Amino acid sequence: MALVEVSHLVKRFRRGGGLLRRPSTITAVDDVSFAIDEGETFGLVGESGCGKTTTGRCILRLVEPTSGAVRFRGEDVLAYSPKRMRAARRQMQIVFQDPYGSLNPRMTARQIVEEPLIIHRMGARAARRERVAGLFGLVGLDPAHLERHPHQFSGGQRQRIGLARALALNPSFLVLDEPVSALDVSVQAQVVNLLMDLQRQLTLTYLFIAHDLRLVEHVCSRVAVMYLGRIVEVGPTGAIFAAPRHPYTRALLSAVPIPDPDARRARIVLDPAAVSREASLKEIAAGHWAEV
Amino acid sequence: MAGAPLLSVERLTTVFDTASGPVTAVDEVSFEIRPGETLGLVGESGCGKSVTALSIMRLVVAPGRITGGRLLYRGRDLGALPEADMRRVRGAEIAMIFQEPMTALNPVFTIGDQLAETLAVHGRASGRGARAAAIDLLDAVRIPDPRLRVDDYPHQLSGGMRQRVLIALALACRPALIVADEPTTALDVTIQAGILALLREMKAAFGLSLLLITHDLGVAAGICDRVAVMYAGRIVEEGPVRAIFRRPQHPYTRALLASMPGVPGQRLTAIDGSVPAPGALPAGCAFGPRCRDRFDRCATTPPPDYAVGPEQRAKCYLHAPAATGVPGPPTHGPR
Ligand SMILES: Nc1ncnc2c1ncn2[C@@H]1O[C@H](COP(=O)(O)OP(=O)(O)OP(=O)(O)O)[C@@H](O)[C@H]1O
Ligand SMILES: Nc1ncnc2c1ncn2[C@@H]1O[C@H](COP(=O)(O)OP(=O)(O)OP(=O)(O)O)[C@@H](O)[C@H]1O
Ligand SMILES: [Mg+2]
Ligand SMILES: [Mg+2]
Repeated sequence: MALVEVSHLVKRFRRGGGLLRRPSTITAVDDVSFAIDEGETFGLVGESGCGKTTTGRCILRLVEPTSGAVRFRGEDVLAYSPKRMRAARRQMQIVFQDPYGSLNPRMTARQIVEEPLIIHRMGARAARRERVAGLFGLVGLDPAHLERHPHQFSGGQRQRIGLARALALNPSFLVLDEPVSALDVSVQAQVVNLLMDLQRQLTLTYLFIAHDLRLVEHVCSRVAVMYLGRIVEVGPTGAIFAAPRHPYTRALLSAVPIPDPDARRARIVLDPAAVSREASLKEIAAGHWAEV
Repeated sequence: MAGAPLLSVERLTTVFDTASGPVTAVDEVSFEIRPGETLGLVGESGCGKSVTALSIMRLVVAPGRITGGRLLYRGRDLGALPEADMRRVRGAEIAMIFQEPMTALNPVFTIGDQLAETLAVHGRASGRGARAAAIDLLDAVRIPDPRLRVDDYPHQLSGGMRQRVLIALALACRPALIVADEPTTALDVTIQAGILALLREMKAAFGLSLLLITHDLGVAAGICDRVAVMYAGRIVEEGPVRAIFRRPQHPYTRALLASMPGVPGQRLTAIDGSVPAPGALPAGCAFGPRCRDRFDRCATTPPPDYAVGPEQRAKCYLHAPAATGVPGPPTHGPR
């Protein structure tokens, strides 16, 4: 059974509507459906601004979807009472894309990582402290820096504080919104290995939002490609990377920078007119769907 | 590229005062950027890249302070400029793209107002002209529907859109040098490719120089002329981009290049151990404890720069000329 099931998710934002301007709406997420199996890493990639973060936030109800359904272990998350939703957040956590904006600047790193344990009344003070120090070490931070405030860390260190916080409650499902984007390849390797190890040990399930396609290819079993609020292609990662079908997926894969100063690859530039808004997802190979 | 450097950083040292004493985040860092040149700065998380960038802009705030070295911009000592003059340099001469967009954007003003304000402060445009210029800039950085987006507040934008607004702010005054701290991390590769193409165009058209901090070695390979590799506050290797990728001479550079994702599904090759915290550096080479090629001498004093190729230098005793009775490298020496 799928652990997380998203069906026909829609999120519209109203904007403008000031003194002189007419209000307008933006459809950030436009009829998105997918299911993630327990223990799976499901990748979500796509153009900047296409709705990846909004999709992740809707699943945890950090923004309220306009319509559609989200099921977690078969239960309708959107029907949860606020109290039930708070309890569910123990199981479902998110690592935010913007580490600076998501960490309270007045709290120390220790308080930030410990807070979810306090909210969910997990463990006595001493046990909590030990857990926090353990988490700090796990994500490759120096427990000697626990009393520092967020601004005293580097960008990549802040990102790992957010990860330690999300892992604190041993969730079963994690939305990872660009969890390693600020890390150099070596620390990134440590953190990604950690995530893969935890997944094996604890059967964690990940929604992995990322721009780094090499990394997505590395860690995700399946991947969905979003474009202008919609999933335009979804399937096994290997199949999509080997034979991308949608014009946007093709453009995306052709633009991956090559770590070789002499490499000059022909980049496919997407012609927006080539993307039909009337197309719908069709299965073009086993489990591989594309808008055609 | 010949000619006088646009920016010379000479033995820059920046220290943070912490409860447990002063901590050196940037340790005698030296490099030059010539007109039209792009220097890449890469290295492990926490090694001092952002603090180097902030030091150049003189934006390090207490408890941090620059304790040594010189910053020469077109031969002028930036450290000696009164703050008012430095403010004119910032934006108009040297612009910075910050690593985290939300730290640099004001949440209570629309992005159009923030762009117009920057243009107005530097006398580039005002009033309706500024609004039109702001829309053009948003268009240049590939923000869709710039006419609509110009009235958005930062929180209404996606992470990558905010990053592009920051790039637009940096381009606004057509500076000679942009210090870009991870400017494309939040962008998908198609838009990233567009932004890199835009920067290349500006290099060609206006001789724009760039200090590009990135952890994406693919980006570094694609746009940099030279690359400096930083480790624990020091530049451990620097050289032309081809030499760094083809003939890396410092074991850390080699290990970094080997950490890139390879076979899907397999564990990634991480470098064993972790970067020492500034303030807790080992006596000799800071990379020593993690280095597969270390030998006795590495634990004595930090290695100086050795020339290891045309315009290439590395701080590693593997490259010390074998002489003067010091124990040399073991047999497997430099490759
Ligand atoms: N205000 C501060 N007080 C104490 N230490 C600080 C402060 N600001 C930064 N540091 C330390 O200085 C070191 C260098 O930080 P810097 O932000 O330059 O790293 P970086 O190379 O940019 O890393 P990243 O790739 O993660 O952004 C880090 O170890 C950081 O913890
Ligand atoms: N609070 C908000 N108010 C208004 N519009 C919003 C809000 N949050 C997001 N949007 C809009 O929704 C769209 C999708 O944004 P989202 O952050 O989900 O994109 P994303 O795919 O995560 O992009 P990125 O890769 O740049 O992070 C964008 O057009 C954005 O401007
Ligand atoms: Mg996002
Ligand atoms: Mg940084």
